[in-house]
Amino acid sequence: MYIYIDGKKISAKDGESILEVANRNEIYIPTLCHHEALDDVGACRVCMVEITHKDWGGWRNLVTACLYPVEEGLVISTSSEAVRRSRGTTLDLLMARCPTSDVIRWMAEENGEISVRYEQIDDGSKCIMCSLCVRACERMGCNAIGTVGRGHDKKIAPPFFENPENCIGCGACAAICPTGHIEVNDTRTTREIWDKKFNFVACEGCGEPVLTEEYRDYAIANRDLPADYYTTCSACKKKKLASHFDKVGS
Amino acid sequence: MGIANRKELEARRKALHKANENVKTHVRVCSGTGCAALGAFEVYDALVKESKKAGLPVQVELEPCGKEKDPLFVSLTGCQGFCQIGPLVHILPDDILYTGVKVSAVKDIVEKTLAGGQVVEKLLYKNPEDKKRLKGRADIPFYKGQELVALEGCGSVAADSLDSYVASGGFSSLAKALKMDPDQVISEVEKSGLRGRGGGGFPTGRKWRSCVSAEGDERFVICNGDEGDPGAFMDCCIMEGDPYRVIEGMIICAHAVGSSTGFIYVRHEYPRAVERLSLAVKTCEENGLLGKKILGSDLDFDISVARGGGAFVCGESTALMRSIEGSVGEPRAKYVRSVQRGFRDKPTVLNNVETFACVPSIINEGSDWFTSRGTEKSPGTKAFCLVGKVVNTGLIEVPMGTSLRDVVFGMGGGIIDGRPFKAVQTGGPSGGCLGEDHLDLPVDFDALAKAGSMMGSGGMIVMDDRTCMVDVAKYFLKFLMEESCGKCVPCREGVYQLHAMLDKLSRGEGEPQDLEKIQRLGKEIQVSSLCGLGKSAPNPVLSTLKNFREEYEAHVNDKRCPAGVCRDITTFTIDPDKCTGCLVCKKACPPDAISGEKKQVHIIDQDKCTQCGACRLVCKFDAVVTN
Repeated sequence: MYIYIDGKKISAKDGESILEVANRNEIYIPTLCHHEALDDVGACRVCMVEITHKDWGGWRNLVTACLYPVEEGLVISTSSEAVRRSRGTTLDLLMARCPTSDVIRWMAEENGEISVRYEQIDDGSKCIMCSLCVRACERMGCNAIGTVGRGHDKKIAPPFFENPENCIGCGACAAICPTGHIEVNDTRTTREIWDKKFNFVACEGCGEPVLTEEYRDYAIANRDLPADYYTTCSACKKKKLASHFDKVGS
Repeated sequence: MGIANRKELEARRKALHKANENVKTHVRVCSGTGCAALGAFEVYDALVKESKKAGLPVQVELEPCGKEKDPLFVSLTGCQGFCQIGPLVHILPDDILYTGVKVSAVKDIVEKTLAGGQVVEKLLYKNPEDKKRLKGRADIPFYKGQELVALEGCGSVAADSLDSYVASGGFSSLAKALKMDPDQVISEVEKSGLRGRGGGGFPTGRKWRSCVSAEGDERFVICNGDEGDPGAFMDCCIMEGDPYRVIEGMIICAHAVGSSTGFIYVRHEYPRAVERLSLAVKTCEENGLLGKKILGSDLDFDISVARGGGAFVCGESTALMRSIEGSVGEPRAKYVRSVQRGFRDKPTVLNNVETFACVPSIINEGSDWFTSRGTEKSPGTKAFCLVGKVVNTGLIEVPMGTSLRDVVFGMGGGIIDGRPFKAVQTGGPSGGCLGEDHLDLPVDFDALAKAGSMMGSGGMIVMDDRTCMVDVAKYFLKFLMEESCGKCVPCREGVYQLHAMLDKLSRGEGEPQDLEKIQRLGKEIQVSSLCGLGKSAPNPVLSTLKNFREEYEAHVNDKRCPAGVCRDITTFTIDPDKCTGCLVCKKACPPDAISGEKKQVHIIDQDKCTQCGACRLVCKFDAVVTN
């Protein structure tokens, strides 16, 4: 099928979202709660685009690009006046919520209009409740963190705000966080995240940290990975592989 | 004793109907929430006890082969509507409605009315206009103009008795539907023009048909009983008062769309609804009305009662389904509709309690009967909860298209203390406020939407001139701010900011550009939010801003609350010309701010006054005035 993004005719497949097609064609649509490895939820609302169709009698609608499934002849605008207004309001609201976040500020600047017009809530938090961390943790199979409460007081936290029992210290939540809100403190031998302390497994080759002991145990029990995955750091793995090819070559 | 097929149902109905006809006197004690709180259960127990003591042939169950001649049937029914003056005891066939019945009055009722055939005058409804006592529902203005379809059995059948429901013709509609082709059933519902009573007003027949045509090996039927609007209790009353009707509606739907599993989602705060529905489901299972081969047909259908935790957002269809699945109740985008991919990603029909309660009558009486009521685009009737500053509060059901004036001033009996009418709020927290110029608006889905409000589930909150519209908008936004699921940014952060701006206004700190800002943000929240809750959350402020702009302007420009509600910008003083020195306000003042002797003008000490408004509320001479 063919769809039109900002006037360009583009081929798309049934079942794809607007965002997938746009990304494949290097058409930029800003996102905050999207990650290709996870299911989309449409929470951040910054990927809003305006759609219409020649058969719709002029009717237009704002939808989130990450969730809207493409259909033949769909006409999409990624930066119409309505899109910019909606996106601008969303980013303004986020700037009021997380005034210290650079990512939000950049994105708002890029949208064209910066006007912090709303009451700022400066509690130092950079969390925009995109839930990427929760979904990443869920995908890891740990479910160590979740959303707590509702409305404006909603938080991301471990159960009962205590040290999360299920956390294996993989750090996926911190790595995926778009605003850098989740704190992770690493030393050469230890990691601290969600107020829980972990010891690193040292690389057999160079002694650099590989993964946490809990992560190792969890992976051994739940994943089918080569044995050196747990004992060797990626740099040493590379070296080992290179020397293997060297031998095969000679 | 089961009901294996249509013949057995008919035989049972005939036997029960006869038993019902043999009953000489029906005594129906309302056990709706309001009456129950005022002691209806104790009144019921006392009525049974006293009647037995007086040697009357009392029955508390319908007895097809009862030994008593001309029995007296005492039953607990669902809500009879007039909650304002409960507990209610309705006596038939003489149509005597006793109001405010206390246990101490039971002896009188038994001796004078049930044994003696006389009316106890002092328990009758007193018409506030001419102080005359009115005998029955036929005479009382509150009941005039009402037409009961969804509430037909509510207040007449014994709420926890399958027999009582069957005697009143219950499940005959199901028997008829099972003889029909599923497609015929859907066509009949389509022709009736029934629209979803939960607020959206989506055509029910069309929903059912799309569910049938959706791909899937399994289909689900869900009844939404998560009514959460402040001031609304229609669904609660139906679930408590006529649970079998809801179940019958759901089985008919299951037959129409080919489902074998259903759920009723009820909020945990409705314990009696949960209890009565669970009992009704169990009784239906025991009698073969749920389970395998219902009434001898090929239909297998089971219903589970799922309890909600009380989150307002779980009344939103997709959040509700996630909640039943066991996940966090957060809505999802509806680009793919629930009828195609709903509960467990299978095609799902989700209808509201009142919608299902309308279905049996439509199948039994036919779609023409239904469309002969209401308006062209909104046929039938609609239940409303009339609350607020209105003389008669309670549960009513009127044909669609009835004017707001008829509801507020006819059934409602006007405003308390004869104060001026200011607005009526329809559609729950995300509805809107309509002022005096909208009083002649016919109440239906489209007319209300056009006026900037919405039908919602049917709450109607009446407000008088002492209600501040900024305060009302602030109240509803606070509710929505706390009940937002917090998933999407515009709703979570936007409603918070709207509330913050209104709070500023009510403190007299508003700036001229704030009104523009409120309007712009409100409109962006409407287009950018993920679900219906967010999309409609700005309605309370946008509709009041549109219809009562001058009141907002007074808050911003004059730092004054015309209704005298917003404490920070209100001062109470006593008009010396009107004050009679009666001491009433002085006694009512919590911080002792009022001084003055008897028959002398009172004075409010502004340093002590906390602007609570208690003095103004009690003053009979309108002597307490605000700036």
